[in-house]
Amino acid sequence: MGKTLFEKVWDAHAVRDLANGQTQLLIATHLIHEVTSPQAFGMLRDLGLKVAHPERTFATVDHIVPTDQRTEPFSDPLADAMIRELRRNCEEFGITYFDIRSGRQGIVHIVGPEQGITQPGTTIACGDSHTSTHGAFGAVAFGIGTTQIRDVLATQTMAMGKLKVRRINVDGRLRPGVYAKDVILHIIRTLGVNGGTGYAYEYGGEVFDRFSMEERMTVCNMSIEGGARAGYVNPDETTYAYLKGRPYSPKGAAWEEAVERWRSFASDADCSYDDVVHFRAEDIPPTVTWGINPGQGISIDERVPSPDTVPAEEREAVEEALAYMKLPAGRPIKGTPIDVAFLGSCTNARLSDFVEVSKYLKGRRVASGIKAIAVPGSMGVDLLCKEMGLDEIFREAGFEWREAGCSMCLAMNPDKLIGDQLCASSSNRNFKGRQGSPTGRTILMSPLMVAAAAVTGEVSDAREIFEVEELVEA
Amino acid sequence: MALEKIKLVQGRAVPVPGDAIDTDRIIPARFMKCVTFDGLGEYLFYDVRKNDDGTDKPHPLNDPRYAGASILISGANFGCGSSREHAPQALYRHGFRAVVAESFAEIFFGNCTTLGIPCLSLKRADLRALTAAVEEDPSLPVTVDVEAAAVRLGDREFAGEIRPSARQALLEGRWDPIGELLEGLPAANASLSRLGYV
Repeated sequence: MGKTLFEKVWDAHAVRDLANGQTQLLIATHLIHEVTSPQAFGMLRDLGLKVAHPERTFATVDHIVPTDQRTEPFSDPLADAMIRELRRNCEEFGITYFDIRSGRQGIVHIVGPEQGITQPGTTIACGDSHTSTHGAFGAVAFGIGTTQIRDVLATQTMAMGKLKVRRINVDGRLRPGVYAKDVILHIIRTLGVNGGTGYAYEYGGEVFDRFSMEERMTVCNMSIEGGARAGYVNPDETTYAYLKGRPYSPKGAAWEEAVERWRSFASDADCSYDDVVHFRAEDIPPTVTWGINPGQGISIDERVPSPDTVPAEEREAVEEALAYMKLPAGRPIKGTPIDVAFLGSCTNARLSDFVEVSKYLKGRRVASGIKAIAVPGSMGVDLLCKEMGLDEIFREAGFEWREAGCSMCLAMNPDKLIGDQLCASSSNRNFKGRQGSPTGRTILMSPLMVAAAAVTGEVSDAREIFEVEELVEA
Repeated sequence: MALEKIKLVQGRAVPVPGDAIDTDRIIPARFMKCVTFDGLGEYLFYDVRKNDDGTDKPHPLNDPRYAGASILISGANFGCGSSREHAPQALYRHGFRAVVAESFAEIFFGNCTTLGIPCLSLKRADLRALTAAVEEDPSLPVTVDVEAAAVRLGDREFAGEIRPSARQALLEGRWDPIGELLEGLPAANASLSRLGYV
């Protein structure tokens, strides 16, 4: 009987069994950022411990960093204190830090892959739930808490219980105007926000075979929104082609050896899964959320649910969500007026996202009264976009083109919703208050749908606004 | 490292009903602009508890009948979303020593266990009954029995569940794993060399 990638990676990195039945698991690569790490370094100092393997930890700044005014000191003294703390900790413990001056700063889940730090067959941990993103490379990547950051810093290991593996197949061909974001929103809508509890999700099938690394990252990124502790795609030629020549990728003879090793981690053809789920790509529509968790999604053509038509046990949740979102029950989601359009976040702020949107946005204008911001996920993405002139296309359309960071995904920086503004957002969470205002509202969607909402001023079907079908057929 | 063996948590309880209460709601992101966890208790559930001007909204945590409660009762998928340990830290610093809910998001569950906060799951019907009883008389003492994986209230007992590894770690005073992980450091170093990471 063969093994899954998860089992192979787990077995290779299991150091020993712990008394309570968990495993002491080796973490190959540790990523840190300014928000969840300072307390971990504090705990380390309190215990008189050192960083065991500083060469296996990499840092950047993303959550609090402003995306407009970037000169230090930042206007927010708390944000400034946090960035200074991260710099001090990295200097004191000898950790590589991609700060703003390095030109390599960005959202940690975008920086790891683009630097070639994220590699197949490895374990990765980071104090951020969207660490599952790195699973796109065939890594097993966990979001962890601050005490666990301390554990990884002090021992390069953490305590963890083994997960089950659910294989999620998406076969067929996605319809034009349907993207990786729609795939994961559809999966979460179908399996539920806690459907993945106890599982790692292994994504596969024809759609994933054809997906670029960036599309795979978008899907793996939101595994946690489906309750799965990790999500991954088996490594293949697409993975190796992406990694070749990146700053931290193996070079020369070591490259061939690495590829051979990486290949060996892919799930065996005869492995067995704890669960298998199938989707047909043709059944996946452009999907938007209507509620206050990422599982509350519908097709752009559907109506917002009504408490009267859902099963009794869901009624309360639907009522709560509709009241918060201020959406009338039973009405089409299409046509809902928006205030803000946000294209960014670790889910969708990679080069391909901006390339795809720019194809359709060229020559169009953001509707009057709509605040539209485009935030590249890293300084690397920003540079590539500028080389291609994409920033100009966005600016001419009326978007603000910002600098790299988490921005309005979680609003720990100056980018926030005001009052009950409604945001068409390419980010990953539509929780109450998530985008910085206690009454702010979020509708999650693909980048092209964000652009469509920006130009019409309301939730729209990008396929109609940008004539996507016709472009593809022409 | 000698840690307290957590077998029972006894105290009064407060129900904060609802499913999928996420960690952004437990502690909004803007309060994470800090380099220590000190003082986070004040901001627990801030946006659902306070108006813009800092005055109180109607919320169980603002209800004087529940003042001093140390056991939080909630619904399904409690603690979903962000991995921020600030959420359990805020609960702990507000005075909570156990959480009873229908189910828990995994990262949150692990973060709580590591701080010595037992998270016990109850069936939905039992959770409703427990909530109703506490709402009727908030002064009733509630016991979260980690060993028996049960919640007791007066002469009533609700059988619950707690993941065996967490239960054992709490009972044996091993809920913070750092001591054990440090013991395994030589083995970890050997694994790092074997896998070519160093």
